[in-house]
Amino acid sequence: MRSIRYTDVAVIGGGPAGLAAALAARRAGAEHVTILERNHELGGILQQCIHNGFGLHRFKEELTGPEYAYRFIPQVEADPNIHVYLNTMVLSLTPTKEITAIHPDHGLVKLKAKAVVLAMGCRERTRGALTIPGTRPAGIYTAGTAQRFVNMEGYMPGKRVVILGSGDIGLIMARRFTLEGAKVEAVVEIMPYPAGLARNIAQCLEDFNIPLYLSSTVTMIHGKDRVEGVTVSQVDDNWCPIAGTERYIPCDTLLLSVGLIPENELSQTAGVPLDPRTGGPVVDEKRETLVSGIFACGNVLHVHDLVDYVSEEAEIAGEEAARHALRETADEAGSGRDGGQQLALKPGSNLRYVLPQRITAGAEVDLYMRVSHPMDAVTLTLSGVTLAKKRQVRPSEMLKIRLKAQHWESLFQAGKAPGQELLVAAEPSA
Amino acid sequence: MAIDTQTDQGFYRRMTCIVCPTGCLLEVRKDADGKLSITGFQCRRGEMYAENEVLNPKRVLTTTVRIRNASLPLLPVRTSDAIPKELLAEAMRVLAQVEVTAPVKTGDAILANLLDTGVDVIASRDMKRIDGAA
Ligand code: SF4
Repeated sequence: MRSIRYTDVAVIGGGPAGLAAALAARRAGAEHVTILERNHELGGILQQCIHNGFGLHRFKEELTGPEYAYRFIPQVEADPNIHVYLNTMVLSLTPTKEITAIHPDHGLVKLKAKAVVLAMGCRERTRGALTIPGTRPAGIYTAGTAQRFVNMEGYMPGKRVVILGSGDIGLIMARRFTLEGAKVEAVVEIMPYPAGLARNIAQCLEDFNIPLYLSSTVTMIHGKDRVEGVTVSQVDDNWCPIAGTERYIPCDTLLLSVGLIPENELSQTAGVPLDPRTGGPVVDEKRETLVSGIFACGNVLHVHDLVDYVSEEAEIAGEEAARHALRETADEAGSGRDGGQQLALKPGSNLRYVLPQRITAGAEVDLYMRVSHPMDAVTLTLSGVTLAKKRQVRPSEMLKIRLKAQHWESLFQAGKAPGQELLVAAEPSA
Repeated sequence: MAIDTQTDQGFYRRMTCIVCPTGCLLEVRKDADGKLSITGFQCRRGEMYAENEVLNPKRVLTTTVRIRNASLPLLPVRTSDAIPKELLAEAMRVLAQVEVTAPVKTGDAILANLLDTGVDVIASRDMKRIDGAA
């Protein structure tokens, strides 16, 4: 085994979150930043997302995924103090920020960092997680795997396709398969409303007359060696198939676009506590986890619908990681966080989650949240204090709301103090 | 949902604005004299989108072309601007015949004046040359 290497900030993952975090850490004064990436190139999932629509908030342009990535990659490559290790798989991370990784030339590598940014992203939920009855033929893919085959490797997984789940990747792939000459028979969604963005329903399904069956699911997969068809049934309010509504759709391919799971195995080796609602670490407004000096951002923290917000969040994590590293340099004994000043933030009625989960009293920060179901005309409140009003809210669209000094004043007047719990809720507007 | 209704008083369409992720629900009315009235947008770009959607719908096409001597067999490309929606299938057939050779830089023109639209097809990413690649 090689001797141990040292760095100020180690960034695990070279996708959109890792790239923005590394650049922000350097801007904030970290002398040495190291990116560990398991793929052969930087950019992460953006490299296979060849459609446009990225960067509207950040760059006021509609970029493709690779174009968005190339707004960051050349800057990273041009900085001699950002050390990029490609084809490098991180095996473990300790609470004292020691990383063990495998590198094709250096073998087993140990890296000791003053601060770590977790930016590993997420992965797709698979058929195994769904337990669809039927045979186990070839021809069942997650939407993202199909996306990689079609957009990067040059393989078409099939000619007649049914897509289960109306997540954005599934919708994007419905259009992609159609453009490449396949027939997309249907998109099937178990909820009474689509999971993806409204614009993707419009430009990926309606443009190509692809039917969307809501409150429906695949109840049987047919075919011995290869998928030959699926049975689709309507479901009731409890997601139980309704007898008599079955319809058989012949197809050779079933794509699954049924959700993403933050990839936190490494976080857990470091003892980072997770929030069961997001599947990602519990963090404060600096995006610092409950393990001092370990930060998290991007889809490993919570699944985003817009990469613009990933970059924004990663810049917070990168900058704060640099500050932590600088403090550790100044004071080798290490510096914990200022405990005691934080309040816990929890989702109340009609909210699926809110982030960060902990917040320093008085901090003016953006809160990210998702509602649990679509609603019209809502007022978002923080322990009774009105934060914002929205015309329309949907679970597919993450809300970003600024917590301002005036809100804190009202909270303090209401007697809220550090150590207490704050509840964010979405109430129907009066 | 884009829903069209044709009446004696003219034409009415509801649609989702695809210009940005907000996805506003737009309503367009065309009266008997052909005058458009548009509601539901939150910004000027949405208003323009609704007008174009009724008069001349256009889309940016994103796809891939074959590439040689690169680490991957495909290069992602896009149209430099939106092209008429009804040309998408034809454009795909044209681009299926195109093959380029690495190295390529983001923004390089891959095909000029696609189907006489005045719009070019450009590379979406850098692709380095790998010698010995098939
Ligand atoms: S009208 Fe404006 S804000 Fe609304 S979706 Fe269109 S571009 Fe976005």
